[in-house]
Amino acid sequence: MVSIHLILFLAFGAVAAAGAINLLVQRHPINAALSLIAVMAALAGEYMLLGAEFVAAVQVIVYAGAIMVLFVFVIMLLNAGVEEQTKGSRVAILFGIPGMLLGSLLIAWVVLKHSGTGDVAVGALPGAPNVIGQLLFHEFLLPFEVTSILILIAIMGAVVLASKPPVPGGTPAKKVQD
Amino acid sequence: MVPISYYLVLSGLLFACGVCGFLIKRNIITIFMSIELMLNGVNLSFVAFAAHWHQLAGQVFVFFVMVVAAAEAAVGLAIIIAVYRTRETLNVDQVNLLKL
Repeated sequence: MVSIHLILFLAFGAVAAAGAINLLVQRHPINAALSLIAVMAALAGEYMLLGAEFVAAVQVIVYAGAIMVLFVFVIMLLNAGVEEQTKGSRVAILFGIPGMLLGSLLIAWVVLKHSGTGDVAVGALPGAPNVIGQLLFHEFLLPFEVTSILILIAIMGAVVLASKPPVPGGTPAKKVQD
Repeated sequence: MVPISYYLVLSGLLFACGVCGFLIKRNIITIFMSIELMLNGVNLSFVAFAAHWHQLAGQVFVFFVMVVAAAEAAVGLAIIIAVYRTRETLNVDQVNLLKL
């Protein structure tokens, strides 16, 4: 008997897989970014099915929200067009697509035949924000503080890297042509 | 009831798509998005294994992966802007020299 859990899993999984394959097919970066947003939204649904509410919310807010907005912003800032194919990329397609199929089939075969993992019900492990917060601020306090330092360094690095380089001799910086 | 292995298969498919995109794409921004796709696939397997072993630490790890991904995206996109400013191209085939 087909349960509603399986139907929802297959629906979200189909969206995620279609988005991931569309990311490979699309030639324009903005289309690739939009399909990646679809993948992330579908993955948030999968997290909800597994009971990870907090992770699902953070997935939508941070990943599909903040990070992808950054991506789309940079694509539009740099006016990125359709990518051109070169000889090297055709060789990469020749080996990359069969490699991807082989890799995913191998993973699927190993996981389905030899993993011996059991079934999972809807919301098997409820990851409510208060429970996650308890873990984060007791057991994982040191890693949490270290990641805050990492974020601080990343902010400074981004500002330094993206700022205009100092021009020797005081001549004005060359304008980037669009 | 859905087997955990289905979630793992989906996670593996997403990771394989990420690896493939990393190899076949020539636009540096799309390559970067393929890396994000790989991170998402790993996150799904983290959450699936957390449900399998009833360990909430798996979901906390997903949080850490997202933090690192956010830092990586900020620095990586800044590097892309710097590369575009000096080379005026986003094609990785034309960014093959360390020195201009």
